[in-house]
Amino acid sequence: MQRRKECVAMLLAGGQGSRLYALTGSVAKPAVSYGAKYRIIDFPLSNCINSGIDTVGVLTQYQPLILNEYIGNGQPWDLDRAYGGVHILSPYQGKSRSSWYEGTANAIYQNMHFMKMYNPEYVLILSGDHIYKMDYAAMIKKHAENNAACTIAAIEVPMNEASRFGILNVNDDGSIYEFEEKPKQPKSNLASMGIYVFTAEKLYKYLEEDDKNPDSSKDFGKDVLPAMLKAGERMFSYKFEGYWKDVGTIASLWQANMDLLDDPPVFDVGGLSQKIHSRNPLAPPEYVGADGVVKNSMIALGCEIDGIVEHSVLGSNVVVEKGAEVKDAVILANSVIKSGAKVSYSIIDENVTVGNNAVVGVEKNPKAEIVVLGRDITVGDGVKVLSGQKHEKDIPEQEKGE
Amino acid sequence: MAATAVGVIFTNLHGESVPELVRKRTIASIPFGGRYRLIDFQLSNMVNSGITTVGLMTTNNYRSLIDHIGSGKDWDLARKDGGIILLPPFSDISEKPYTTRLEALCGVLGFLRRRRESYVVLSDSDGVARLNIADVIAFHERKKADVTMVTHKKQAEGRVNGMVLGADENQRVTEVKINPQFSLRSEADIYVNVAVFNREFLIDLIEDASSRSLTSFENDIIARQIHSLKIYRYEFTGFYAVIDSLSNYFKYNMKLLNKEVRNELFGARDIYTKVRDSAPSKYGAGAIVKNSLISDGCVIEGIVENSILFRGVKVEKGAVVRNSVIMQDSSVGANAVLNCVVTDKNVTVTDRRVLSGCEDLPYYIQKGSKL
Repeated sequence: MQRRKECVAMLLAGGQGSRLYALTGSVAKPAVSYGAKYRIIDFPLSNCINSGIDTVGVLTQYQPLILNEYIGNGQPWDLDRAYGGVHILSPYQGKSRSSWYEGTANAIYQNMHFMKMYNPEYVLILSGDHIYKMDYAAMIKKHAENNAACTIAAIEVPMNEASRFGILNVNDDGSIYEFEEKPKQPKSNLASMGIYVFTAEKLYKYLEEDDKNPDSSKDFGKDVLPAMLKAGERMFSYKFEGYWKDVGTIASLWQANMDLLDDPPVFDVGGLSQKIHSRNPLAPPEYVGADGVVKNSMIALGCEIDGIVEHSVLGSNVVVEKGAEVKDAVILANSVIKSGAKVSYSIIDENVTVGNNAVVGVEKNPKAEIVVLGRDITVGDGVKVLSGQKHEKDIPEQEKGE
Repeated sequence: MAATAVGVIFTNLHGESVPELVRKRTIASIPFGGRYRLIDFQLSNMVNSGITTVGLMTTNNYRSLIDHIGSGKDWDLARKDGGIILLPPFSDISEKPYTTRLEALCGVLGFLRRRRESYVVLSDSDGVARLNIADVIAFHERKKADVTMVTHKKQAEGRVNGMVLGADENQRVTEVKINPQFSLRSEADIYVNVAVFNREFLIDLIEDASSRSLTSFENDIIARQIHSLKIYRYEFTGFYAVIDSLSNYFKYNMKLLNKEVRNELFGARDIYTKVRDSAPSKYGAGAIVKNSLISDGCVIEGIVENSILFRGVKVEKGAVVRNSVIMQDSSVGANAVLNCVVTDKNVTVTDRRVLSGCEDLPYYIQKGSKL
């Protein structure tokens, strides 16, 4: 008997995430940190293994170094397998052609040989842009029951935001009769989550046709899915109810982190069901000192807190010195907030030093905007970083902001 | 670069000194410092010194140890050549499992003969330290020693459990006292049960001792032969905790609240342990945490002072935990008050209970109890 996998997952992880500014200066969007110890890609990878899918191709293109190193052999997600497992698929040079991935559909098309190696019945297409816990196996089961060519996971979004999404117009049985990419006048609020299950043979067929079409932009949402619908293929929506958060902007990334706080939290990442796996830092338990105050916050291992931390999310090995204050902030691994410094309403990337008595951001208010400090920078002593500023380079002491 | 030494860790010896904690586990798998087990320190020291093969000698109760170690991948010891090698009792039907260190070593002669490394590092698992074993091996080579024994200076008074080594100015051991009595408080160089041997020399020693029916490694091999063998003393001057009683277990956990101790043990972030993928810890709006170590997966709504919380501990609203060590997955109910308590794993303290021990004699609660 020929060995095969029932389902192979293909994870589109090439996105630059330009709306995350400095946070994606040197990392691909799926490698962006979230929730003190996670990276965005932990969610689709954990969902895969929790759904019994053990073969995942990760398609990378933009700044793949940190992402590749993070994924490694896939062991943290139990995806180090002799047959299957996680594989990084970067653009490659072929005999007759070589090219960067031109669109989502083209990226999958160029890796057709990878999928075919496992001779799967179904192919699951995922993106590395969202925070959510989902049982893909239930979706695949529904896909099979519907005898569908393609099933698209969908979630109800507020009507006034619907024009930002790919909208599915469906019949009562969930079958799709119309697909509108970012419609100005949406007819429904059922938004595509960018998660597709394809019957493998159908996927291969339409990808090949799409590749031959010179007018195609080689995108699933714009080209492949409409072409399938036009050809009369059975396409269904699969309604997802639960937490699903796009973290493509600074504001949404900040909010997604804050959704982990409060009691009960909007999103319980540590809930017992569907554990999220990640690569763990080698660090001792965090230490809160005699003068430390930590309230309504999520703190990762290795932190040393002698100052005040409120309503914030701190990555591993963050130091908050005595007299420093952190509020409504997301601080990523290995950053240091020096004595007397005040950080409010900000996202601070890895390995940043905020100098003594520096002031970063303003107290959260309806007019305030989130401050972003990029990786590895130093904010000089006493410097003021104003609301909404985004920095990728050191801010020396004498500048005192603008 | 090939490894020059192979490690052998005794996972059961000294269990009798902490009976409460080894009721359902080996001494090596006693939880320590919020997210570690004692063996993590010896294993990490070996791995960080370039050792890639470690034999774990076990006699009984080793299920928790096997569960902790798994394939050894968390210490980078899941290897094709070497890695973690479990050495459970191996004896003929006529023989009983070993009871002494020497008998244990006889049982692993085959393992030692098959290795190619020049040295063997023997280590017990009751110690917590960040010891650079590569330095000990370099010292051993420099001295052209047969055996190098690691010692730690301590103020001793009354009876000392273990060996006290006297040495000349070159650190060659000239005197061995076993379980000596100190009538006056004085400084003693106590052997911490970590030693480097030349591998082939160790094999000869064990074979010889076995053929002459000797039984005590300490008495018959070390103490009797200090003049004929080249035994050296390597003095370790850093933090060295030996877990030889419940009160010392409590005391040394509390020492981790000291920044210098923490920096020495964990500053380089190279102590490995089993990964559990817990979520980061969560502090509620009413949490008050002072001078404490908190591990991942904890949810804190109450007051925690001068304490060590292991992974997945829950402290509910109004609960007070002071001067305590709370092991993995235990929970402290609303308005309960704990002072100088050591709870083992999975203990549930229900609402409004008040439990207290004292610093010299912490109140210990057995694994899985519900109060």
